[in-house]
Amino acid sequence: MSASRKQILVDPISKNNPVVVLMLGICSALAVTAQVKPALVMGISVTVVLAFSNVIISLLRNTIPNRIRIIVQLVVIAALVIIVEQILKAFAYDVWGQLSVFIGLIITNCILMGRLEAFALGNTPFDSFLDGIGNGLGYTAILLIVAIAREFLGSGSLMGYTVIPESFYEAGYMNNGLMILPPMALIVVGCIIWVHRSIDKDLQE
Amino acid sequence: METVNIFIRSIFVDNMVFAYFLGMCSYLAVSKTVKTSIGLGIAVTFVLVITLPINYLLDTYVLRPGALSWLSPELASMDLSFLSFILFIAIIASIVQIVEMVVEKFTPALYSQLGIFLPLIAVNCAILGGSLFMQQKSFDNIGQATTYGLGSGIGWLLAIVGIAAIREHMSYSKVPKPLRGLGITFIITGLMGIAFMGFMGIKF
Repeated sequence: MSASRKQILVDPISKNNPVVVLMLGICSALAVTAQVKPALVMGISVTVVLAFSNVIISLLRNTIPNRIRIIVQLVVIAALVIIVEQILKAFAYDVWGQLSVFIGLIITNCILMGRLEAFALGNTPFDSFLDGIGNGLGYTAILLIVAIAREFLGSGSLMGYTVIPESFYEAGYMNNGLMILPPMALIVVGCIIWVHRSIDKDLQE
Repeated sequence: METVNIFIRSIFVDNMVFAYFLGMCSYLAVSKTVKTSIGLGIAVTFVLVITLPINYLLDTYVLRPGALSWLSPELASMDLSFLSFILFIAIIASIVQIVEMVVEKFTPALYSQLGIFLPLIAVNCAILGGSLFMQQKSFDNIGQATTYGLGSGIGWLLAIVGIAAIREHMSYSKVPKPLRGLGITFIITGLMGIAFMGFMGIKF
């Protein structure tokens, strides 16, 4: 793989992370981060939809009339999301129930529109595929960090398995119920941004 | 009474921004000044109030399992609900387009204020989220669905105007460098969300 292709794949994971740097795709993401499992499924779903919609739009990029491109993009994304939703409903019914409307909201996830507009419309299908995978991984990484922090501190477990030993609870340790509540997801993301920008000083405003 | 409850709940308890994080992208990007955020908030409310009743009718008479039985009894076993994403987003995109043209034609003053925000709204998660939650909550009649749209829109307006006001004032405060801009906005939104949780259980 050439250096430029590697950069397309790796850049969005930290330096150009879609969530904490470009401010895209926060909408449907945070509500699913109270536990690790739904967050992981959501991350994989978004990565799949993003990679394939990038490829499809990149293949069609010379035939789509400029004026109606938003509608075409929405139709492509919506069709892919329906496929992902039906697959989840068939093979992972309990996670499908937990994610509920947030699967549908992948359609309006700004990462998808953002990458289609900014990348897939001007690059070859293979590059677009790599870009989709890279951005999806960047998104999944943030989701997982938030979910791990919230599930560990809020319920004392990871992926549903209790990790904090019983003796801690006997010694008076309590789960922080606040971490389960929706607003804490925002505060955790705020802290991730804080750490990320302290390390990478170029990103500071 | 039920309708009043839906209205109050959708503004304060099930607030689009604080409870479900919907419409966060435009919420973060457009909340730098109060004036523009009021414009966007009104536009979102407007589109929600129009699209929710239409999507409600679509859901009740076309998409739900058995919804097509009004056409002929043979169709009673049809379940088209897997089509709801694509139909809802199509309705929303076309309504936004129509609203944009109507507003431009009849109220140019409003258009010049809302103009730039209207196309953005088609991909605002709060709008599609409103329709999907409406489908999940299965309201009794179209009035409740419209009320839910109005309440959610007002809740979103309240949130974006609140954060814009705070951000305007924050330009005078000394925020640590790495937190400036995006970071502090997230943390403040989280704190506002915790404050809004005080409304939980509110009922008439």
